Amino acid sequence: MTRVRNDYVLYGAIGVAAIAAPFVFPSFQIQLSFLWLMILFAMTWDIMGGQMGYNSFGNILYFGVGMYVSAVVQVGLFYDVAAYTSAAGANIQSFTPSQFLWGLALGMPVAGLAAAVLAAVLGAGMLGLRGHYFAIGTLGLGILAAELAGAWDYIGAGSGMVPPLFPDGLGSRPRFFYFVLFGIVVAAFFTLRWLYSGRFGLAINAIRDDEDKAEAMGLHTRRYKTVAWGVSAFFLGLAGGPVGAMIGFIDPRDTAFAGTTWGVFMVLMAILGGKGTIWGPVIGATIFHVTQELFWTFLLGWQRVAMGALIVLIVVFFPQGIMGWLRERMPERFGHRVEDSPAGPGD
Amino acid sequence: MDNIQILIDAPSLALQLAIDGILIGAILALAAFGMALVWGVMNIINIAQGEFVIMGGYATLTLTGLGIPPLLTLPLAPVVMFVVGWIIYRIVIFRVVDRDLFISILATFGISILLQQLINQIYGPDIQAVQSGLTTRFFFDDALRLPEIRMLAVGIVIVFGLGLAVFLKSTRMGRAIRATSQNPRAARIMGVDTDKVYATTYALNAAICGAAGSLIVMTLVIGPFSGIVYTVRSFLIVIVAGLGNIPAVIVAAFGLGAAENYAGFILGAEFQVAFVFGLLVVIIVGRNLLLGRQRKYLK
Amino acid sequence: MSVISKSLTVFAAGATAAALMASAPAIAQDTETIVLGAALSITGKYATAGIHTQKGYDLAVKRVNEMGGIMIGGKKFMIAVKYYDDESTPARGAQLAERLIVQDGIKLMLGPYSSGLTKAIAPITEKHNIPMVEGNGASRSLFTQGYKNLFAVLSTSEQYLTEAIALAVKQAIKEGRDPKTLKVALAMENDPFSQDVRLGLVEDIKKFGLNLIIDDKLPPDLSDMSATLNKVRALKPDILLVSGHSKGAALVTRQMAEMRVKVPMLAITHCESAKVTDTKKFGNNAEGTLCAAQWAPSMAYEGEWFGTAAEYTATFEAEYGYVPPYQAAESTAAVLVFVDAIRRAQSADPDKVRAALVATDLNTFYGDIRFSSVGNNVAKPMILRQIQNGKYVPVAPSQFVDGEMIFPRPGS
Repeated sequence: MTRVRNDYVLYGAIGVAAIAAPFVFPSFQIQLSFLWLMILFAMTWDIMGGQMGYNSFGNILYFGVGMYVSAVVQVGLFYDVAAYTSAAGANIQSFTPSQFLWGLALGMPVAGLAAAVLAAVLGAGMLGLRGHYFAIGTLGLGILAAELAGAWDYIGAGSGMVPPLFPDGLGSRPRFFYFVLFGIVVAAFFTLRWLYSGRFGLAINAIRDDEDKAEAMGLHTRRYKTVAWGVSAFFLGLAGGPVGAMIGFIDPRDTAFAGTTWGVFMVLMAILGGKGTIWGPVIGATIFHVTQELFWTFLLGWQRVAMGALIVLIVVFFPQGIMGWLRERMPERFGHRVEDSPAGPGD
Repeated sequence: MDNIQILIDAPSLALQLAIDGILIGAILALAAFGMALVWGVMNIINIAQGEFVIMGGYATLTLTGLGIPPLLTLPLAPVVMFVVGWIIYRIVIFRVVDRDLFISILATFGISILLQQLINQIYGPDIQAVQSGLTTRFFFDDALRLPEIRMLAVGIVIVFGLGLAVFLKSTRMGRAIRATSQNPRAARIMGVDTDKVYATTYALNAAICGAAGSLIVMTLVIGPFSGIVYTVRSFLIVIVAGLGNIPAVIVAAFGLGAAENYAGFILGAEFQVAFVFGLLVVIIVGRNLLLGRQRKYLK
Repeated sequence: MSVISKSLTVFAAGATAAALMASAPAIAQDTETIVLGAALSITGKYATAGIHTQKGYDLAVKRVNEMGGIMIGGKKFMIAVKYYDDESTPARGAQLAERLIVQDGIKLMLGPYSSGLTKAIAPITEKHNIPMVEGNGASRSLFTQGYKNLFAVLSTSEQYLTEAIALAVKQAIKEGRDPKTLKVALAMENDPFSQDVRLGLVEDIKKFGLNLIIDDKLPPDLSDMSATLNKVRALKPDILLVSGHSKGAALVTRQMAEMRVKVPMLAITHCESAKVTDTKKFGNNAEGTLCAAQWAPSMAYEGEWFGTAAEYTATFEAEYGYVPPYQAAESTAAVLVFVDAIRRAQSADPDKVRAALVATDLNTFYGDIRFSSVGNNVAKPMILRQIQNGKYVPVAPSQFVDGEMIFPRPGS
């Protein structure tokens, strides 16, 4: 199959470009790191929204939980967390490179697992919801989490929390986070590719197309739904820690549980690229991020007007996303498969 | 739980909290009417609802700036907003009206951030307020208090509620709206101009929001970015009350206002917003479990 | 699949080109111009004060350039500021600071608005060893992190309202009442700045042995304060202290009057930026309110560039059409501190400027500026003013007083 070989050529090319990028464009490393984050946001959202038809507005919840859990683990290994976050902040605490690395190495997986477990627990109640009730319920969860984090003194409440900062002696800070985030995206991409290619992918597509029928066919829909949400939550939680450390300040509403920015962006990026495809979210996130950076540079003060207009244009004219549009235009080239056709064969 | 003790010691305060909540709930009810209307008829959840409310406030602000007494702008702001709503329908909304609910959520979200920023550019980011010229009435030696402007709000809600019911029941347009909400295809076949129905519905919603905003700028304060609060609250009310049930919307709005005030008082202000969203999640999940059980009985 | 890979390649090229373009228009590093960088809240919840900050920076730049710029080694240098909009969110602020430093080659940074944003940006400037002079990040926790590159011209936030507590105690003693019987109510926004204000107050309340009877944290997307104010009505504190940026100030002014909440003493922050004395918006409801400020036009400070505080006020008013709130004044002062340091260093090199900043001893229209070892200004106190007949009258601390405090507030 040449198709498979072509795939590997493509992956190789992207991989080489991604590894070379921070060395070729050293001054864009932070923006590129955020690009990986955006791609991760779109990909993890698409598991639920695109492949399974469960439009979640609250996935940012798991990102925020991951950010806080990781920061608490990083601090908690060496200091008393409550004293560290107290608003008086009268104690200067620094972290040695090895403390920082161990903290992050432990904090990230713990955060990922915590997010996944939380997804399973919340899923028990939330995943029974359908359609827009699910969308709104998850939106509520996201904002609720922000408010609770903002009221909990242990993690700094409304004053936010400064996670351990990147210490000297570990080389370039942007490059470090660039490769951590790149690694998470690669892991997520291949995990999803593997999941979508097997029974799991078929099952969650069936849930999207007709959940009642899928259930009637004997599919344990709840189990699949929980796993899907858990996978999504795991990768978001994993990313939370390094992003918190990269930004250097965790604000409950604006960094960790940033529902009105990242929480909505992840949905838009997936739609822009094409819901329910593996490449769609990647392409959508890339275009969205670059456009956004350009708006922010050239349209000082008007950027959100432009952004609002762009969002409207995207959803009005590209509801199928770029991948959907390409498929319609060039079905022979873009892997037009029978089950993707909205009209069905021979219609 | 000292705060509960205070309420027990001073029952008039407990009553006052409920009244304050109800009076704020009245304004929320207006925004919720509009949301229920658009949702029910057009199957669109209008995320820009809060911005429409805020724009009503800015309309009042602008009109008072032109020398019109604030209270007289109460009927004018809805007119301004009716036109705004109509224009937005003609530019964007008509393109998403038949689409997936989710598409319209995102489209109206886009409109909402666009409007926020536009207001910010035109009026500046300052917090705005307008003096209504009305006072507060006190009863029982200051123990109870009723601000006239908020009583006016309750009056307006009832007038709007009744007016809306009569409009939908007995005018030609109202019947067309109801027909379209039941089955747009059939309505079209029967000769209803559904496009006009949708435009009217959407503009009507904006007008109702305009009235709410006009009241808010005279009771509380507004800023370019304070709309989201009203979007979320009106949404919550509609979820609880259901579509197409005007009295239920009023009751739910009053209830939400009061519940929020009690939560802020008893738990502390920092949990006031958390309480609202916790309530939202509990209501949605609870409602689903309830429906699930009913389904089992049916089987 | 080849088309995908091709289109991806084209796409990557496009993205790179776009990214390169993004950096191109950064103000050309003309040898004659020193460019300072700032990420400011031009939109979002802090936009009101963010715009004041921007105007303060712009006015300083304009004045310094009009008066001939900075002479370094016999050569004339102009100054300019490159802005980005952080939308009042820390995540954005940190990204933009990074961009200013790395892509736009900014070597000297001006602060953003609010403690939260400063908290997000300070680690970035520290990492890149770029000095930042700021006039709007007051949270004390900024100065306990050991930052070497952070210099603040303002008094830290725990001092904002403490003067009001001292005043209340003084008033009680004057009336022959035991200060320990005083009841205090706090309503503080749940954000880094206001929580720090609260901390300073709680310390003083303990110190004087007062009773803290209400301690509410107001949510940042606050739209109605009636729950808290009902509590105030019920418990009748002797003094109510509120901090919640401009929205909090506006709401409390409006709702106290509507609900006829009677408290003999009300002290709040951000009166000026909320324009509570504007009778069109608030009637005369703000009468008798005590307002904390970093600076006031009536103060007797004087310095180079702008002359006295009153002259600065006149200049600002002529330019922008309103009396400068302290947020604008402290921002102007931040630029002047940089100008002074660059002149003394005779260089715009970050290391030399930092060394000069440490040794700053400057008199400005905004007050005297000397930095402690952790970077906060220790030479300038806060001021407390009372609104009397629609005018701000300084009532504390003693060196600024030019009027008697009206006690209790009218209508209480």
